[in-house]
Amino acid sequence: MSNSVISVISRFLEEYTTSTPNKLKVVDAYLLYILLTGALQFLYCLLVGTFPFNSFLSGFISCVGSFILAVCLRIQINPQNKSDFLSVSPERAFADFLFAHTVLHLVVMNFIG
Amino acid sequence: SSRLFAVIRFESIIHEFDPWFNYRSTHHLASNGFYEFLNWFDERAWYPLGRIVGGTVYPGLMVTAGLIHYVLNLLHVTVHIRDVCVFLAPVFSGLTSISTFLLTRELWNQGAGLLAACFIAIVPGYISRSVAGSFDNEGIAIFALQFTYYLWVKSVKTGSVFWTIGCCISYFYMVSAWGGYVFIINLIPLHVFVLLLMQRYSRRVYIAYSTFYIVGLVLSMQVPFVGFQPIRTSEHMAAAGVFALLQAYAFLLYLKDRLTKQEFQTLFFLGVSLAAGVVFLTVIYLTYTGEWACIHVDFFFPRHTVFYSHLGPFYAKIHIPIIASVSEHQPTTWVSFFFDLHILVCTFPAGLWFCIKNINDERVFVALYAISAVYFAGVMVRLMLTLTPVVCMLSAVAFSSVFEHYMGDDTRREKPPAEDSSDEDDKRNSGNLYDKVSLLTMLMLMLLMMFAVHCTWVTSNAYSSPSVVLASYNHDGSRNILDDFREAYYWLRQNTDEHVRVMSWWDYGYQIAGMANRTTLVDNNTWNNSHIALVGKAMSSNESAAYEIMRSLDVDYVLIIFGGVIGYSGDDINKFLWMVRIAEGEHPKDIRESDYFTPQGEFRVDKAGSPTLLNCLMYKMSYYRFGEMQETEAKLDFRTPPGFDRTRNVEIGNKDIKFKHLEEAFTSEHWLVRIYKVKHLDNRESLDHKLRSVVPKQKYTSKKVRKSYLFQ
Repeated sequence: MSNSVISVISRFLEEYTTSTPNKLKVVDAYLLYILLTGALQFLYCLLVGTFPFNSFLSGFISCVGSFILAVCLRIQINPQNKSDFLSVSPERAFADFLFAHTVLHLVVMNFIG
Repeated sequence: SSRLFAVIRFESIIHEFDPWFNYRSTHHLASNGFYEFLNWFDERAWYPLGRIVGGTVYPGLMVTAGLIHYVLNLLHVTVHIRDVCVFLAPVFSGLTSISTFLLTRELWNQGAGLLAACFIAIVPGYISRSVAGSFDNEGIAIFALQFTYYLWVKSVKTGSVFWTIGCCISYFYMVSAWGGYVFIINLIPLHVFVLLLMQRYSRRVYIAYSTFYIVGLVLSMQVPFVGFQPIRTSEHMAAAGVFALLQAYAFLLYLKDRLTKQEFQTLFFLGVSLAAGVVFLTVIYLTYTGEWACIHVDFFFPRHTVFYSHLGPFYAKIHIPIIASVSEHQPTTWVSFFFDLHILVCTFPAGLWFCIKNINDERVFVALYAISAVYFAGVMVRLMLTLTPVVCMLSAVAFSSVFEHYMGDDTRREKPPAEDSSDEDDKRNSGNLYDKVSLLTMLMLMLLMMFAVHCTWVTSNAYSSPSVVLASYNHDGSRNILDDFREAYYWLRQNTDEHVRVMSWWDYGYQIAGMANRTTLVDNNTWNNSHIALVGKAMSSNESAAYEIMRSLDVDYVLIIFGGVIGYSGDDINKFLWMVRIAEGEHPKDIRESDYFTPQGEFRVDKAGSPTLLNCLMYKMSYYRFGEMQETEAKLDFRTPPGFDRTRNVEIGNKDIKFKHLEEAFTSEHWLVRIYKVKHLDNRESLDHKLRSVVPKQKYTSKKVRKSYLFQ
């Protein structure tokens, strides 16, 4: 069973590297980075405790928020999904991404305390 | 402008009870600035305890009023903060109409939007909480609700992050305005969940909900009152659950697109086992560290919140007497539905059916909104307010469809019918059709006109009275104003020292703090049940026991409402049993509700009443000197005996009332408000006569008598 899992994963990775356009790969790398940061924050919280709880929350939510917004951006600029988003061009998607990030970071800054 | 009846008939004044607190806070904000308001600790409420206002209030209303006041004054339009507060609600109901128009236009079409806006502008269900003078959270919250829903529907339709962020910002405004935001944070996840179940999942829904959840979460936690609740309490768990589910679903769908079926199955199996492993490990970790407290049932499902009373009408009656005693929290009757919504309540199911028949993503949302709103409106009268917007929208949809269907027929009718009909048949057919259409149109228009008339009548009669000022009408139609409340509060304001403490039942706390500007013991916030129970115990015990409690709480004045002279039925004797029940909840050994009833189980204030009732403090304060009062006005007769209570329609039992520790300080013109001063302890304890006479312990005979006896 583990053989097949490994083979599935390796096949998936191979298909991924060949078929996804470069723009999406950049976004995916960014996603991976955010994921690792978030995991690191959570690990820190487990180890050291939740004392300034609002700071932990704001940091963690900023990670999760950035992750979600990047996923949304990726979905919106993927040319395969064009039929879903007739009114949202890739440029508009990126502008929305920036706007959302501004709002998110303003709130996070306020919440960090 | 139908909301301005109260201002025209009386004056520009804040109504009822809760708005007085909101007004006082806004006044504090306007005079002292925003940060002072956020950090305000009010030591003039809940006497020995004080109240952390900054952390226990929804600041949206005060901040909005304060901001408008600030901007207007900046433009040198000098408006007093009271006028801003009084007229805020009508202005915001105009904005609500606009957002309802936008929302209905997204759901159906422009015609329906117009109708919906008109309906919500005059419907009594919404007017009741947004008349001029009713300065309460719901006035701005319904606007925020409709606007948030409009932005949500727009973001689901377009899948653009811009609209979703707009929705989040509007949601933040709603969170700061009203506790009813829980409705939004449960309805939107429910909508997404139902879309998933209906296989209507699309990437737009994913984008809209994920962004909304995260950004909305962090925004909602900025309001101090909400704090960390969104990730701790059960009311918010549905949103989190749907979020996790959506992430998993989207990820699996992504993988499915890339892999073959068997590969996908293997990965799926792996994923499930991993998830099970994680859960298992978490359970072990929690058991090991004894940290079950963090998911302890009581922590997640606190009992003393109003939320659970929203789920079913029986919960509060059994568990929380304070919440059960509020008249707004009673289950709704059929009459209120018709009274508040008139024909809209009949056409609303038709609109719902139209929506379901032509279903798409947005109409699923409005159908869910309708169903949940109907359930909740049935639980509590107060929640009729959340039902009103959706009823307006769906009735507008129904009316619009009917009009469209029959007006649209006009153009088809113009085309000549088939050649094989004769000329007379033509005329008759078209004549019939013409009649049917015009008849139907006339009927609908008449219904709508009756609706408008009904709404105006209801607004004028039922919802436009500032409860602070009462008005009655004489035989010749002239008005008789009873301004007792304000008379008494202003007496307190002008004739007592600034630091005295006033004890009264919690209903009047906000008004006393607002109009009389004195420190109160308990008020409408009702956050401390034991303190209220203490006040209730003082009101229900006899004078000496009550005096002990009053001395321990440093009370200087006691204020009660008494309606026996004019027949006012909202007075303290009518509320008395609730005081007893609440006191009994905390002090079951001292107060028993059954003591206050007659042996037959009746609550009577005449001679047959129970002795405990006839000697308790509330009774004595209400009826002091009432027994001597003879009706002297010309139109009342002398048939009624002295001491006839016009509210209960009986002659009172205990007329000879004397006080040892209180003295009467003020009684208003129609005896509505009575204020008593609590006397200090006497300087010297005065003894009874029996104890005063000294009995000699031994007989004392003088030596002189004995000497003379010896010399004889």
